[in-house]
Amino acid sequence: MSALAAMLARDLRVAVRVGGGALIGVLFFLVVVTLTPLALGPDLALLQRIGPAILWLAALLANLLALDRLFAADHEDGSLDLIMTGRAPLELVVAVKGLAQWLTTGLPLVIATPPIGLFLNLDAKAEGALVLTLLVGTPGLTFIGLIGAALAVTLRRGGLLLAVLVLPLTVPVLIFGVAAANAAVMGPVPFGTPFTILCAFTLASIVVGPFAAAAALRQEME
Amino acid sequence: MAVIDLANPSRFLGFANRIIPWLGALTLVVFAFAISRAMNAPDDYQQGATVKIMYLHVPGAWLGMLGWGLMTMAALGTLVWRHPLADVAAKAAAPIGAAFTFICLVTGSLWGRPMWGTYWVWDARLTSVLVLFLLYLGVIALWRTVEDPSRAARAAAILTLVGALDLPIIKFSVDWWNTLHQPASVLRLGAPTIDPSILIPLLISALAFTLLFAVLLLAAMRNEILRRRVRTLRLLQASTAS
Repeated sequence: MSALAAMLARDLRVAVRVGGGALIGVLFFLVVVTLTPLALGPDLALLQRIGPAILWLAALLANLLALDRLFAADHEDGSLDLIMTGRAPLELVVAVKGLAQWLTTGLPLVIATPPIGLFLNLDAKAEGALVLTLLVGTPGLTFIGLIGAALAVTLRRGGLLLAVLVLPLTVPVLIFGVAAANAAVMGPVPFGTPFTILCAFTLASIVVGPFAAAAALRQEME
Repeated sequence: MAVIDLANPSRFLGFANRIIPWLGALTLVVFAFAISRAMNAPDDYQQGATVKIMYLHVPGAWLGMLGWGLMTMAALGTLVWRHPLADVAAKAAAPIGAAFTFICLVTGSLWGRPMWGTYWVWDARLTSVLVLFLLYLGVIALWRTVEDPSRAARAAAILTLVGALDLPIIKFSVDWWNTLHQPASVLRLGAPTIDPSILIPLLISALAFTLLFAVLLLAAMRNEILRRRVRTLRLLQASTAS
């Protein structure tokens, strides 16, 4: 257990130091949300209506940005080889890396959502629903992303391929995340229905993601 | 010859060389029959002659899904048994499955224009086929990015299995998404019961396209085995020349 805790502490420390880029995702999130009204026009009623969708899309893309360095950085400096020869099960190590990744990229997005939501004229109820759906949905995005990050670790055009592989798999998270956020504001279905399905999908991806990512890493590093 | 013998690539090549001409000829015969039946099938009372697009559209959809199913089985063969022929089958099936999915999308779009008045609607079924097409392209991109064939096979196998898990969820979520926003009743094609005068030509057409799929798959697998041999020979030549 201490090896996994050390792994988590190391990943968090690396992320916040120089070159880690923990908060660049949030900055990207802010930039995307700023650009969207410039493309759509400053109609506050329209922005209020599509605000949850914009924030979800921006979160999806921001989450993707950090993924390609997740295993690639460890691969380049050789620490991935050490991790794989270590005694801790690779699946658990991958899950811990996913947790660290979420803490440094997913959670900041969730925290940044209320102030950024003000730009899109969201009211308190919509903000609350959005924060809740992002809190539950972003771990799902991260753990699906683990698979793509592991598949692309040794590839030269890894980052580009990663987006193409991962984004279609995140369709359910996007649909139920936006649906739950919208349901809280305008109905007609209760908030709980899409929200519980979103929870189920995130839990399933937390189970499947580490196993698939560990299998991908094993075959890549042979 | 037992089926297990086909695991040997050389034996598979011999088998493929013998069966492809016969299977190809059979495909042509069934196609000729299917076309004549489809041409003589009655027009739909509402949709007129455009219903004939269905004889291309429905087999495209069915084979697009069959392709991913085959890739999933081949992926298990790759990961569990490290079977070289499973690698070859998975690689050969991806572009063929993508092509049939593409046929399904294009014919559906051309059918939608006169019937629904638009080339594309964000209907649940259309959207899930589009996502399937995107997943196919992702797998093909992965095959084309990794140089070593057996490593590429295992990476593609993992992605295929994850896709096979995710595809039903995507299908379900897209259905849910669509019914939330707009009733599907507008876009439904009448009652699900099809008259035998149309259903039988459709089944024959589906059989013809399935045979075509089998012939193309066998030929593509044969080509892939030969391509790998050429690659190995070139690598040997390059290493001995220096």
